[in-house]
Amino acid sequence: MQDKKQLITIKGTREGLTLFIDETCSFSEAIKELHEKIKKNKPKKEDPIVSVKIKLGNRYLQDDQDRQLSEIINEVNGFQIDSIESEVIRKEDALKWKEDSEIKVINRIVRSGQELEVKGDLLLIGDVNPGGKVISTGNIYIMGSLFGIAHAGVEGDRNSCIVASYMKPSQLRIADYISRAPDYESEGVYMECGLVDEEQDKIIIDRLQILLHKSKELGRFERRVQNG
Amino acid sequence: MGEAIVITSGKGGVGKTTTSANIGTALALMEKKVCLIDTDIGLRNLDVIMGLENRIIYDIVDVIEERCKLKQALIKDKRFDYLSLLPAAQTSDKSAVTQEGMKKIIAELKQEYDYIIIDCPAGIEQGFQNAVAGADRAIVVTTPEKSSVRDADRIIGLLEKEEMKDSPRLIINRIRNHMVKSGDMIDIDDIVQLLSIDLIGIVVDDEEVIKASNRGEPVALTPNRKASIAYRNIARRILGETVPLQSLENEKGMFQKVKKFFGIRS
Repeated sequence: MQDKKQLITIKGTREGLTLFIDETCSFSEAIKELHEKIKKNKPKKEDPIVSVKIKLGNRYLQDDQDRQLSEIINEVNGFQIDSIESEVIRKEDALKWKEDSEIKVINRIVRSGQELEVKGDLLLIGDVNPGGKVISTGNIYIMGSLFGIAHAGVEGDRNSCIVASYMKPSQLRIADYISRAPDYESEGVYMECGLVDEEQDKIIIDRLQILLHKSKELGRFERRVQNG
Repeated sequence: MGEAIVITSGKGGVGKTTTSANIGTALALMEKKVCLIDTDIGLRNLDVIMGLENRIIYDIVDVIEERCKLKQALIKDKRFDYLSLLPAAQTSDKSAVTQEGMKKIIAELKQEYDYIIIDCPAGIEQGFQNAVAGADRAIVVTTPEKSSVRDADRIIGLLEKEEMKDSPRLIINRIRNHMVKSGDMIDIDDIVQLLSIDLIGIVVDDEEVIKASNRGEPVALTPNRKASIAYRNIARRILGETVPLQSLENEKGMFQKVKKFFGIRS
């Protein structure tokens, strides 16, 4: 009976091959059939490298199963795994994902010596005084004055930005970049944002309008979905 | 039932002790029963400024360690019956006082006095914690200097964590009018905006304050000096009166600006 039903369906597209693995069978059965199918359809040496997309449906793969699957595909010359997609994620990952993509709204003044650290984006209604510090894994929006230190994308997201109604920070930090205020006395700026400029490889402060060009990246949730 | 007010600043040398002595004196002038407590154990000054140094027999550590009764340690001021001082110890260090000990003393004093003014030591360690422990509200003293304002900000952050009746209030001390005018001193508006707490008074830098301190009598007793009037105004505001802020000079622009702040407050 099992023989009648195909566990693995292969479709060719312009980008390469797409493998659909049946979601109801056991993993070992699927692996077995995959072995056979791959051997049969081995590309010839002169063929260009084919990229392979794997769609798991409602199946969740453990890390070692994931590795096993990649090994089988990659051991054949000429195949290269493009992506492994699953419709399901673990609850733990989902919660983390939610936390990372949420905006935390906080209403207080961050005074000298105080530190405010959040996961995801931070919307602070209030000031960051000199000597105060705000940290987030995502973007930082401050409806108030920023005099202290702001660190966006603390886990390494260079696309994060720091926005403030009034900006005269002592330091701006985005991921692993740091910039500091000049040594001479300077005026602050109203309604501007700090972000990493890839061409200059440093943090720049610019008008808010520049974020229009990055608006795709600002929609954090959307971005995460795209990246899977 | 009295009220305990702690005078603090974080930074040293901004005039906590002078402010404590003068607010205490000014309140006593208005016939309130006031007790001053010096909590700067090991570096006591309040008794010197009040001119009561010679009369100390027991101090706050003696009270906490139960070598004497609280009443025995209190020194009555030589000028008013309404004013008393509980001096700090000069020989022990700050660890001799505990937060519980302070709370107990203040609770006892509250039965008898209308206002208990606590002079806090500089810093944010044990001494500060002790001084703040029994207080109902706080007054933060700062000068128009960057470092002093920064420390005041830190202190306000710490005070907000304490459970007090009111949010802390601000005194800006040692304002030099000519420097403010020339832009060499931080503007009062800027300080208030940054610290974002209520301003309860501004005190000009007055040589008379130093002279009076050296004589052992608070400047609040000398009539007609600017600093003296400022302290008496602060005392009136503590009592809940609405008093417009003093003008630094007879310059209208500044006066209006400062007044505006007071207007927002009340």
